[in-house]
Amino acid sequence: MEVIDLAWWKLALAALLIVALAGVSLYARLGVTRSLLVAAARTGIQLALIGLVLEALFASAELYWIALLSLVMLLVAGREVMARQKRRLYGVWAFGVGTGAMFVSSFAVTILALTVIIGPSPWYTPQYAIPLLGMMLGNTMTGVALSLDRLNDSVWSQRAVIENRLMLGQSWREAMEGIRVEAMRSGMMPSINAMAAAGIVSLPGMMTGQILAGSPPAVAVKYQILVMLLITVGTGFGTLMAVSWGSRRLFDDRERLRLDRLIKTEH
Amino acid sequence: MTDLRLEEVSVGSLENVGLDVGAGEVVCLSGPSGSGKSRLLRAVADLEPHQGRVFLGDTEQASVPAHHWRKQVMLVPADSQWWFDEVGAHFPEACRQQVPEALGFAPEVMHWTISRLSSGERQRLALWRALALEPSALLLDEPTANLDHDLSLAVEEWLLAEIRTRQMPVLWVAHDRAQIQRVADRHLHIVGNTLEPIHGSD
Repeated sequence: MEVIDLAWWKLALAALLIVALAGVSLYARLGVTRSLLVAAARTGIQLALIGLVLEALFASAELYWIALLSLVMLLVAGREVMARQKRRLYGVWAFGVGTGAMFVSSFAVTILALTVIIGPSPWYTPQYAIPLLGMMLGNTMTGVALSLDRLNDSVWSQRAVIENRLMLGQSWREAMEGIRVEAMRSGMMPSINAMAAAGIVSLPGMMTGQILAGSPPAVAVKYQILVMLLITVGTGFGTLMAVSWGSRRLFDDRERLRLDRLIKTEH
Repeated sequence: MTDLRLEEVSVGSLENVGLDVGAGEVVCLSGPSGSGKSRLLRAVADLEPHQGRVFLGDTEQASVPAHHWRKQVMLVPADSQWWFDEVGAHFPEACRQQVPEALGFAPEVMHWTISRLSSGERQRLALWRALALEPSALLLDEPTANLDHDLSLAVEEWLLAEIRTRQMPVLWVAHDRAQIQRVADRHLHIVGNTLEPIHGSD
């Protein structure tokens, strides 16, 4: 079955509906008219640009172009993780811990899925590699950002407890046990909840897209199951690494709590 | 016999503090607030970056892992923290059944929830929590600050007996002159950035 291509002027019809909504919200003084129009314009422009990039990438299918795009995606995700923390580590660590954790987990899981499970040839075929990596990074990013935010915030508010536990001769790991569990949990809950609700509450976007594109639902469902499992694995390991590296960095080599390494993010 | 020895320790405004606290000896520290008494104790417990060297007997602070050091040289802060729901969970398994009589608790206190403890009760239990871990030296930061006079005397007496039996060197930060008279073998007062000995009437 061929996919029905959309002509650009048909998209303009959908855009007209947005303009109509903007008109109504202006009339009703909802105060969202401007952000609605800007956001709609951004969606159009950003997606059109990434469409061009992907067209070029699929045409060349060279490993180094794919690696370059992956790197850009990783760096943007790393910046986003940093921006989402109320308190973050001082200097390059704020960027390094989150980005490092996402790199190891997302790239390892994506490459494993490409080479062992899906097996396109060559393994880095961009039609598979880029969307898969995008989904991994997007979800791992959310998990890592949530867990690091929780970690730094709890350490800040419970500093007296941590120090008292250190005074009683506990190692930094013991003194941090409750906080690390909480941080891990808050990073992993979104993907665990998404797995629990999939198919009943929500029809996941990837599956919907594949079915629209003409795949038999049985195939689309298999891909969706694969992706959800991989997302949870990637998020889990990414969160684990970020929390572990991030909490280690809050103590020095004499296991002293070093809150001077945390700074409050300006907003 | 293990003594606690400070050699040229500098932290905050205090400079080149040298001090030898013998086994079973109580050295009281006093000084205006903000003079660095608590910071000095934190440095001895290695909770704060500092210069100079600290020894417990032949063991140097920097030569053992920090949490081993703190298990030996135990700091009891002025305001203790409690993180589990029940009192008993904060104590080593073997000490969950008994509480020293001098502290004025029934053994049931181990099943109390933390929220019902007053600040004075927390302070007394924090002392017992530290001693239950069997440290080799004690750093006490105003250990009776939240206690009334009678309880203060009882806790002092109990502490001194434990200190003598276990032969621990003790650094004791105190405000109250009368208390210092009662417990101190030596008394040092912080003046500017040094410790100066005060000679009492005894």
